[in-house]
Amino acid sequence: MSREHLVNLAVVLALVLLPLAAHLMGETYWVTLATRAAVLALAGVGLNIALGQGGLVSLGHAVFFGIGGYAMGILAYHAQTYTPVIESLGLPGTNLMPLIWLVAAMFAALAALMIGALSLRTSGVYFIMITLAFGQMFYFFALSWPTYGGEDGLSIYVRNRFPGVNTLVPIQFYGVVAAVLLLALLLSDRLARSPFGLALAAARQVPARVAAVGLDPQRLKLVAFVLSAALTGLAGALFADLNRFVSPTMFSWHTSGEIMVFVIIGGVGRLMGPVVGAVVFVLLEHLLGGISEYWQIAFGVLLLLIVLFARGGLIGLIAGREKAHG
Amino acid sequence: MAEPVLETKGLTKSFGALRASEDVSIDLRPGEIHAIIGPNGAGKSTLIAQICGALRPDSGDVRFAGADVTALSVRARARRGLARTFQISALAMDHTVLQNVMLGALGARGRPWRFFVPVLSDRGLRETAEAALERVGLSDHAATRTAELSHGQRRQLEVAVALTLRPRAFVMDEPMAGLGAGGSKRLTGFLDGLRTEAPILLVEHDMDAVFALADRISVLVYGKVIATGTVADIRQSDVVREAYLGEGA
Repeated sequence: MSREHLVNLAVVLALVLLPLAAHLMGETYWVTLATRAAVLALAGVGLNIALGQGGLVSLGHAVFFGIGGYAMGILAYHAQTYTPVIESLGLPGTNLMPLIWLVAAMFAALAALMIGALSLRTSGVYFIMITLAFGQMFYFFALSWPTYGGEDGLSIYVRNRFPGVNTLVPIQFYGVVAAVLLLALLLSDRLARSPFGLALAAARQVPARVAAVGLDPQRLKLVAFVLSAALTGLAGALFADLNRFVSPTMFSWHTSGEIMVFVIIGGVGRLMGPVVGAVVFVLLEHLLGGISEYWQIAFGVLLLLIVLFARGGLIGLIAGREKAHG
Repeated sequence: MAEPVLETKGLTKSFGALRASEDVSIDLRPGEIHAIIGPNGAGKSTLIAQICGALRPDSGDVRFAGADVTALSVRARARRGLARTFQISALAMDHTVLQNVMLGALGARGRPWRFFVPVLSDRGLRETAEAALERVGLSDHAATRTAELSHGQRRQLEVAVALTLRPRAFVMDEPMAGLGAGGSKRLTGFLDGLRTEAPILLVEHDMDAVFALADRISVLVYGKVIATGTVADIRQSDVVREAYLGEGA
């Protein structure tokens, strides 16, 4: 077992045990913080598929996070007001989490298909700018959409349901989120080792070679972008459920930036990078945010140090350079 | 005579005032090695790019395996069985040697849309890849990270990837470049046997290799083919001697 495997195992154990310990000690607040970290980690796991495996520097992942958030917000809003989502069809809202997740992931994937098909014609800085521009379009759209709260956002009064779980109990809701996160990690790991993952990683490193063996590097990247968006959309739905509130902020480019930054801090392209990054992000936000509202300065310094001295992020620092899969 | 597998007719390509290819007509027949030689800047790379689909010619066309492929992409030509090796190794450096070759096998199969099964446990791909590594003598390095290979080993790996495509023709862009005498000799021996599997269009600077291998040689100077013929023809040609080989040759 390599060192990275041990580190990964330790992270998984910590994900399961630490919040449980906090719960047993009655530290509900820490359980909620852990839930926040796990939800953000899920968004990061999504981004990591595009960024780490596909090499796509997307500054527009807030679009998918926001779509997930609003999918939850809109469905739950109609469920709590007993109004149909689409008047003419009489389509009702829902407060059932699995259904909300499905809608969130599907719409995020659909948006990614359209955004990706356009922006993957470019690369480098232009790709970053186009994804950023799409992000801003969605942000301003949400801001000026009065039906669902416009800039005030949308409050959902009761957390949505998950069969067999009381989601209002923090540790139980954490259990749901952690289970989803672990599943996503499993999927991400599988993906990296699959034939698709091999071709995608090659498309990131040497697109000319991928074309020369008869595969389409752009299509591989597009599929990665869509899968990545679906996970980030799912995270958006959970994020909204955690806060019982959605607002256009979820769409803002700050959100895209934050997700990307903590993935880089944790380790781009490393399985547990997003998890470690999200935990550090939430911890710093909590510990330093209490001292000064400028806590992100410290975060910036950390990012700088990581980029300068630890290319594999914190995971790289602990586990060493990545071994080629296999 | 058998119909050529690969053929260019009147390929012309300009970059501004520079004529990189001018009315280039060459063909590659079954079972042969056709070498393209020429001084630096003669337009060899431009020619290869047009043959493989990375560049569109201004005029002229490319025929491959009985069809006009001039309008087809690199990918489409590869799918029809045109395998190229790159002058500067285009390999995924973070991957293992085996993974690089498996990418070729995956390309040959043409369906990369499997998301949950580990690629290394795909026996079909693995056997194709391992057989190719065996043939070029890289079996012992299957698990090595490609970035750690020597220059010569990377050239071997390039050839191995091309083998997995089970192509109808090879286009090799200076496969001997940077090889030592021993490596060059070994690869020459290997290519010699390969021509019966699929003909090879060989762009090469190493004259010993070219003279040892080629059934025919075309000489490219300033984008134009100034001569095509057997090794003996080319050695004796005054035009070629003047333009390329120099007085002493």
